[in-house]
Amino acid sequence: MKKVISLSLVLMAILAFSFKKGGYEVGDKATDFSLKNVNGKMISMNSYEDAKGFMIIFTCNTCPYSVAYEDRIIALHQKYVDKGVPVIAINPNDDEKSPDDSYEKMIVRAKEKGFPFPYVYDETQEITKAYGATNTPHVYVLDADKTVIYIGAIDNNTKSAENADKKYVEDAVDALLKGSEVPEKKTKAIGCTIKWAS
Amino acid sequence: MKKIFFCFSLLLSIFILNEVSAQSGDLKIINVPELEKIMTQSEGDKIKVINFWATWCKPCIKELPYFVDAQSQFPDVEFIYMSIDFSENATKAEKFAQKKMLNPSGLYLIDDVDYNSWIDKVSPDWSGAIPATLIMKDGKKYFYEKEFHEGELEELIKEKLK
Repeated sequence: MKKVISLSLVLMAILAFSFKKGGYEVGDKATDFSLKNVNGKMISMNSYEDAKGFMIIFTCNTCPYSVAYEDRIIALHQKYVDKGVPVIAINPNDDEKSPDDSYEKMIVRAKEKGFPFPYVYDETQEITKAYGATNTPHVYVLDADKTVIYIGAIDNNTKSAENADKKYVEDAVDALLKGSEVPEKKTKAIGCTIKWAS
Repeated sequence: MKKIFFCFSLLLSIFILNEVSAQSGDLKIINVPELEKIMTQSEGDKIKVINFWATWCKPCIKELPYFVDAQSQFPDVEFIYMSIDFSENATKAEKFAQKKMLNPSGLYLIDDVDYNSWIDKVSPDWSGAIPATLIMKDGKKYFYEKEFHEGELEELIKEKLK
């Protein structure tokens, strides 16, 4: 009997572990989406013709780490949009849990900062769950077939862009454009937990 | 001669330790090797609870009172509060911690924004989101990436004390 209990405990642990491991890994094919941009239009990756890839960035208005990276996200878009790799920023936060991340507040922030890329709202949080984003900012670089080639941080210095000596996302996009191997495929960063609806 | 040297170095280290704790119970700014030292623990040592938090992290602030409760309930457990605020906000973090009655000798701020270089050292299961808490017992690490609610932390510690 004891054996059965311990065996089922082990099984439960394995199950719990595998459930926890939702979301994409590098090499997985990512789902497209249709999410509302701050200008009221729906955005999906398929509407980009000739895109060579995408920088999908889960970010928000309120997280100080997201705010610290806003200018760098703008710079990333400006550097790569003409090369066919645009930024799409997705706000994953529930607006009841985090009222300052509401769609209306997104419009305000996008205007203030003059975001040159779409800033869309994942109101149902389904896309965020599918991707497996956990904190903001959290980046997924995809190739033209929407295969994930990089997951993680933008660079290795949240405080200052100048002092970052590893630019993970740039390196991944450069590799994508050159057709070479992405040097670092997965990184981690401190960030704000995504505010899930209860 | 060796003995004298030993005594001397012992005295010196006591002196240094006193100096360090004289400026205490305040927040200490540390780097990754010191964090690693804090995270080492061996069999028979006190249970350690290391909470990663920041003044800007709402769920972290919400759960802090539960840590303070647990702290008074389990005096034999060492509570460490590891702020990941930027170092220029150290005073703010310290004041905040004092207001929240966090254990003054357990206040630290980890000053290394190359997070990818050390997140896995805390736990490979950590995505980097906070709040996050590491409980250590007999050299084993138990990692929780979640916001604790009332009573949950006490339950966990009780379980570990068994």
